[in-house]
Amino acid sequence: MIDSTYILLIPLLPFLSFLLIGLLGRTYFPKQCSIIGTLSLFASFVISLVVAYQYFFQIGQVNGIYQKITAFKMVWLQFSPNISIDMGILLDPISVMMLLVVTFISFMIHVYSMGYMHGDPRISVFYSFLSLFTFSMLGLVISTNIFQIYIFWELVGISSFLLIGYYYEKPSAVAASKKAFIVTRFADLGFLVGILILSFQSETLDFQTLIERLTTDTEYLNSATTASFFGFSALTWGLTLVFAGGAGKSAMLPFHIWLPDAMEGPTPVSALIHAATMVVAGVYLVARLFPVFSISAPEALNIVAYVGAFSSLFAAIIACTQTDIKRVLAYSTMSQIGFMMFALGVSGYGGEEGLGYTASMFHLFTHAMFKALLFLCAGAVIHYVHSNEMNDMGGLRKLMPVTHITFLIACLAITGIPPFSGFFSKEEILLAAYHSNKLIFAMGILTAALTAFYMFRLYFTIFWSKPFKSHQAETAHHGEAPGTMLLPLIILAFFAAITGLIRFGKYVSSDGAALISELHVDFSIAPVLIALLGIGIAYYLYKKENDTPQKLATGLSGFYKAAYGKFYIDELYLFITKGIVFNLVGRPIAWFDKNIVDGGINLSASTVGYISETIKKFQSGKVQDYAIYFFAATIGFVLLFIYLWS
Amino acid sequence: MGIEFFILMKSEWALMLIIFILLIIKVNGTYQDNAKLLLFTNILLALNFMLGFVSNQSGMLFNSMFHTNSLIAFEKNILNFATLIISLQAYTWLKNHKHMLEYYMLLLTTLLGMFFMISSGNFLMFYLGLELSAIPLAALVNFDLDKLKSSEAAMKMVLLSAFASGIMLFGISMIYGTTGSLNFAELPALITGSHLQILTLIFIFTGFAFKLSVVPFHLWTADVYEGAPVSITAYLSVVSKAAIVFVLISTLSPLFAGLTTVWYNILFISIILTIIVGNLFAIRQQNIKRFLAFSSIAQVGFILLAISAGTALSNTAAIFFLIVYTLSNLGVFGVIALVSDETGKENIDDYKGFYKTNPALGWVIALSLFSLAGIPPTAGFFGKMFLITAGASKGSYILVGIAALNMVVSLYYYLKIVKTVFIDPNEEPIVPIKTNMYLKLSLGVCMIGIVITGFTSGLYDYIYLLFRL
Repeated sequence: MIDSTYILLIPLLPFLSFLLIGLLGRTYFPKQCSIIGTLSLFASFVISLVVAYQYFFQIGQVNGIYQKITAFKMVWLQFSPNISIDMGILLDPISVMMLLVVTFISFMIHVYSMGYMHGDPRISVFYSFLSLFTFSMLGLVISTNIFQIYIFWELVGISSFLLIGYYYEKPSAVAASKKAFIVTRFADLGFLVGILILSFQSETLDFQTLIERLTTDTEYLNSATTASFFGFSALTWGLTLVFAGGAGKSAMLPFHIWLPDAMEGPTPVSALIHAATMVVAGVYLVARLFPVFSISAPEALNIVAYVGAFSSLFAAIIACTQTDIKRVLAYSTMSQIGFMMFALGVSGYGGEEGLGYTASMFHLFTHAMFKALLFLCAGAVIHYVHSNEMNDMGGLRKLMPVTHITFLIACLAITGIPPFSGFFSKEEILLAAYHSNKLIFAMGILTAALTAFYMFRLYFTIFWSKPFKSHQAETAHHGEAPGTMLLPLIILAFFAAITGLIRFGKYVSSDGAALISELHVDFSIAPVLIALLGIGIAYYLYKKENDTPQKLATGLSGFYKAAYGKFYIDELYLFITKGIVFNLVGRPIAWFDKNIVDGGINLSASTVGYISETIKKFQSGKVQDYAIYFFAATIGFVLLFIYLWS
Repeated sequence: MGIEFFILMKSEWALMLIIFILLIIKVNGTYQDNAKLLLFTNILLALNFMLGFVSNQSGMLFNSMFHTNSLIAFEKNILNFATLIISLQAYTWLKNHKHMLEYYMLLLTTLLGMFFMISSGNFLMFYLGLELSAIPLAALVNFDLDKLKSSEAAMKMVLLSAFASGIMLFGISMIYGTTGSLNFAELPALITGSHLQILTLIFIFTGFAFKLSVVPFHLWTADVYEGAPVSITAYLSVVSKAAIVFVLISTLSPLFAGLTTVWYNILFISIILTIIVGNLFAIRQQNIKRFLAFSSIAQVGFILLAISAGTALSNTAAIFFLIVYTLSNLGVFGVIALVSDETGKENIDDYKGFYKTNPALGWVIALSLFSLAGIPPTAGFFGKMFLITAGASKGSYILVGIAALNMVVSLYYYLKIVKTVFIDPNEEPIVPIKTNMYLKLSLGVCMIGIVITGFTSGLYDYIYLLFRL
């Protein structure tokens, strides 16, 4: 058993820094806010490293199997003798890995933001929000209780909302933050209903008890799988709804529409929340409940697989046509999360079968490094160019050599070129898919090719293509970004290059036992060749400024336009809400309310007035009249019941 | 006899004792200070209320003329409670009144009559109790001797009450004629459903209906409520009605089981008329006491709805609602009594802008009216809900539908008053009124009661338990 007190510090430090900066920072020490936030995160990161070391190498393993350890737990709200909401810390391979990822990336972002947000008057607000987000995200990953995860889930949603809308004077940022919040709230509704179903069936909210009850042959499992609703068991419904919540946060179809708009937030925020940490919460949630998905409800897992694969391909196609650099990266994020999802979806439980699970977590890990790096590089470029549009850039490789190299490393990593990190995780995912579902494998390969294409399209357009010409940028800065921004780039690039060499399966696997995955060279050849092909096409089209891409786009005009318009999903939602809900449902109801209901009420009011005016005459005030009415009523009853009714 | 004689009749003995103590004080004529005596009397009433909780036994006395059990003891204690609250609220009115002691003697005598009525095991005893409660009440209605309206109200009440009693007595004599018994224990087997017995049922019911102000026997209500002192109006609308409801519960369905269809149909018609007419009249009233008279007529219609189902559960709903009704109605009456005593204003329009000058009292009115209107989460909501559920259990969906519709209507007029109190502007609002300790205590008890009975189910469970004993 680990002494739990210092593990508590991991989430509490950012929380304290949030309180400190949020309450006092703005008035008392606006200049020092960034340093306080960064230092607290650094401390959290160091403690996470210690915890990870202890867990993986000292206490986590019993008989070769990594245990789930409840390091800390307190009952927060007791519903009934069986069901309670707890707050606690659960240590297992994925939560410890997430602790590392979240604190590390968050720390990098904190450092980077010192340069990127320099001179912003509201920097204390920015850092307090960042701290709040980090606290919520850490609370989420260490949850012992499904309701605890839900609480932090919503907190994460709120901090994301706050950060997307950070530039609140920009209407588009405000709209984007609202959109993100509302869309994910819809998905969270599903999550909540799912939690209720699961807890109703298993009579617990605790993860470990819940997983145990719903995976072993118990009465709970029996009743959950036999109770059927529209052809699916209650368990499948519950898990699917929980997945819906995950799909909302992770921007899977059909809830993905908020993610590209969320790029209105400051770029470090995009890197932290909308690339590396929060958006993978959905994947993490499915992984957390993976035994239940895999053992008891394979239908629900199938849904996960297909949603993931389809989202992945869909986003990759859109990414090929976008011209806003951050939007390309946003769609690329969605596509990579799709990879993680379908890897979970095709995975089995335990042993070799569980390769997909390991691969998914591995990809989550490597993706966090290279995607954060990509965003930070993009941030550096945007910082220099003062534009998000790819067409405004070009030929930056001489002006920004460090950014250029780190960006290239990240591109190679995401594309899956050995020996960069993405290669190893992606290869495992594709291998898992190949053994389990050929259709999904095919979609994965196609997505991988598209990924290579759009990433290098981005790379070549930014750093090669036409020579850079600008009127104002060169007067403002000369070349490279400040050191606080470059340092995280270099560190992240280092990790993006080497993290693939970790024997990930040894530490993280579906059942806790070490999974030794061999590198299948013969299998890897095809994906790598396909990725190289994608790069080659991008090189041909975008290395030098030419009009081939334009011709190509014209040739494919219908499809290109559809993809450029993101397949009009936004417009579809808009049509449903405005066209159908407002016009076809809302307007008629409003009319009905105005004319029929109000009219009816007015009519009944005047009728009531008329009747009461008439019967008022009975109330004459004369006692002899009252006696007469009294007597008449008695006689009336007598007549009615003795002569008429019987 | 022996000790049992005192224990079984302890409520009655206690009341009589208080009446005699007050009588002796009056006859001695030595007291100087109303305020001290009021404190003393209220303490006596509070002790009387507490006594109602101890040593409640079941048993019969006087050849089954008088019977009691824990349910009856509970019912009597509800009346004790309501009387105590009314007495507390009458402080402002009585502190300078020269007939203060007579007020209490008459009031407690009517209460004694009601106790005998509730405990009766025989129609003779019942009739005696009824008359004992009716005649002093008429005197109370005329308590403000200098007010012409009060005298008129008392006159109407005495005459019509005599009229109703006459018809009821006629019905009782026919019961004896057809069955040869007046004993509640023997009657159920003897009432088989001849036409003459239907006639007796109707005659007896009209007597009850008069007391309960069931339409079309309600015409006296508004005039008397308006004419009587506010304290007595509150007593009429709460205590007097509750007593009759208790009797109705213990006689209608047990005694006339052989005539279930008939009394159900009578109730059916009465309920519809009562709820609708009560509401329609309530809407148009200008005087706040008349308004409460009619709205309480409508509330009685809801209580009858539960009684019509005739099961233990529905009777529980009726009694639970009566408690809620007592708390809510007395909340409003407490404020009205104070305003009437201090300023003499009794019109609804006078209450415009009342909240600005008397915020606390404004809230009391609002909460009480919310409860009367049945707005969640006040107790009134649950009371109405139980009543409607009880009515629905009988399967009488027409009744339930009409009742539900009328709940909406009542919502309108109750909230209209809340709007008057809170929103409407007024050039000359009622001046800020200083409340006294007694009133604060009584209103506090009512408000806490409204909130607590709304949030806990203990009371309801307890009443249900009493019914199943």
